[in-house]
Amino acid sequence: MSGTVSNTFQDDMDTQGKSIPGSTDRSEKRFRFILALSGSLIVLLLLAILVTLLVTALPSIKEFGLFFFIGKVWDATTETFGALPFLVGTLFTSFLALLISIPFSLAISIFLGEYFKEGAISGFLRSAVEILAGIPSVIYGLWGLFLLMPAVRFIEMKIGVAPHGVGILTSSLILSIMIIPFSASLGREVITLVPGDLKEAAYSLGATRFEVIKNIVIPYARSGLTAGILLALGRAIGETMAVTMLIGNSNFLPTSIFSPANTMASVIANEFAEATGVTAASLIYIALVLFFVTMIVNIAGTYIIHKLSIESSKEVS
Amino acid sequence: MLVNILKVLSLMFIVFALICGSSVASASDMELLGAGATFPQPLYSKMFDAYNQQYKVKVNYQGIGSGGGINQLIKKTVDFGGTDAFMTSKEVQSAGAPVLHIPTCLGAVVVTYNLPGNPKLNFTPDAVAGIFLGTITRWNDPKIASANPGVKLPDIAVSAVHRADGSGTTYIFSEYLTKVSKEWKDKIGVGKSLNWPAGQIGQKGNPGVAGYVKQTPGAIGYVELLYATQNKMPYGSVRNKAGKFIEPTLKSVSAAANVKIPDDTNVSLTDTEAAAGYPISGFTWLIVYKEQKYGGKAKDRAEALAKLLVWIVGDGQRYVEPLQYAPLSKEAAAKANTLVRSMTYDGAALVK
Repeated sequence: MSGTVSNTFQDDMDTQGKSIPGSTDRSEKRFRFILALSGSLIVLLLLAILVTLLVTALPSIKEFGLFFFIGKVWDATTETFGALPFLVGTLFTSFLALLISIPFSLAISIFLGEYFKEGAISGFLRSAVEILAGIPSVIYGLWGLFLLMPAVRFIEMKIGVAPHGVGILTSSLILSIMIIPFSASLGREVITLVPGDLKEAAYSLGATRFEVIKNIVIPYARSGLTAGILLALGRAIGETMAVTMLIGNSNFLPTSIFSPANTMASVIANEFAEATGVTAASLIYIALVLFFVTMIVNIAGTYIIHKLSIESSKEVS
Repeated sequence: MLVNILKVLSLMFIVFALICGSSVASASDMELLGAGATFPQPLYSKMFDAYNQQYKVKVNYQGIGSGGGINQLIKKTVDFGGTDAFMTSKEVQSAGAPVLHIPTCLGAVVVTYNLPGNPKLNFTPDAVAGIFLGTITRWNDPKIASANPGVKLPDIAVSAVHRADGSGTTYIFSEYLTKVSKEWKDKIGVGKSLNWPAGQIGQKGNPGVAGYVKQTPGAIGYVELLYATQNKMPYGSVRNKAGKFIEPTLKSVSAAANVKIPDDTNVSLTDTEAAAGYPISGFTWLIVYKEQKYGGKAKDRAEALAKLLVWIVGDGQRYVEPLQYAPLSKEAAAKANTLVRSMTYDGAALVK
């Protein structure tokens, strides 16, 4: 999607550049030079981050190699490091959060994109969702500590598991609230973009409103909805502060959704300040893994969106 | 439009250059740089402020953690570091030259809890170790109850919480437990961040641990004495080596240092021999290179540093108690003074 936008932009630039003669031509060139410079700067930054991580993580990579990914022990006193608990913790909390958030974000997108496109309620709800996205994560963490934690503990006591109040479930709940705005606002936008004549055609064939949403709107907006969900997933994987406050920071493989665990981002935030030597290198190794995990999610996302948008364009035509 | 952008850019560049230039200028002006432990930071801020008013020497101390303080000193980006734990032999080795540890005050770690009515509790070393090892799981366990005759302990689960972030507090606490419990020594050991028993909750910083304890009935955690008193949290007395239950106070923490202190002050005060001493106490140090002529450092800068350190372990000690830190005992202060006086510049003593 973004590819086509930038292509048309490029075409515009080209035709304009040719049609305007003389002095503006030079400023046109300079402008393009600045654009190219800032564009390549981003790539350079990305490479710089990658190289820095690689170099500083080297002592740990040499020592633990790929066993780092299957090691279950994280012990700074004996300098044994394995990142599996954090890898599992990150993926577990993020996907659980995604699972919890999808019904809500989908409902909000349909509500705002299809039922209440305009008006006071819609405006109010839309800005409420946007404000939700802007709240600093430490505030989510505090709120979770004061409200969500006792609530989860109450449930845990009722069903008879260790009543910690913090753990995978608590952090997934807070994450799901934090990521709803990302998928909901993008979802709303793509749903409003569904062409009216498609929907009218369906109505004229006797479809109910629910059938229109199910068979026309959602399939048409599929790639955008998926993009929103992946954006939300990326955010959930990288979230640090709120998760650190609510996950219980236990460096072991979680045994259930109630058990305390730890994520990659939060173990780095917790331990880096006091870490030296191999411990510090191992934390940076985790950062490197986190870097690749987010990259894989992004690449997979772009691939899925690309595939879905081709399919949906085929279906529509 | 473009011209405007260029103008703004060049203006920004000039401003940037000016800022850089001025910061270079102020560095050659006398501003001593330090970084390290966060625990004594409020005290150091107060001390350095008072020192600046009196002697017109600015000191900039950043609380980045003990590990960071040691790193920065070794990288020679600061004049002095701050640490809650004596440097390990590995760290001393990577420093390349002798480093002096100058004690500035004492800190203590207290055991805080949340029980109905919050009674004053006594803890034996075994009880503390058992709770944090996860072997004591109920509050009415005989190991806790036997030390607290007359207190009715409820039959609720013990929910232990530790510091999730690497910290000097954890270091002192684990050092104490390693001395008093063999099981702890074998299973967990000493460190700023540990391999805690599975399923135990960790929280970030003193506020994180305190918040969890306050929120959870039956919870128990460990925080700095200063933090516990400031937040009016209940904390227990701990039995020391002499067999007395000692309540952590500034006096009993200072008293922990009433032991024979070696010349380099590399002494661990946990599980102290001192009869009136609180057993989970420890020094916090400022660290400097013994030989100050390195990396093109000017002599007057080294002199200013030595003067500052003499003041901290001498006159500056009067700021310690009002801020709820435990001051150095006479013997410790004397040793600290001797250490500062052993600092040299190109082989010659800096303080006469």
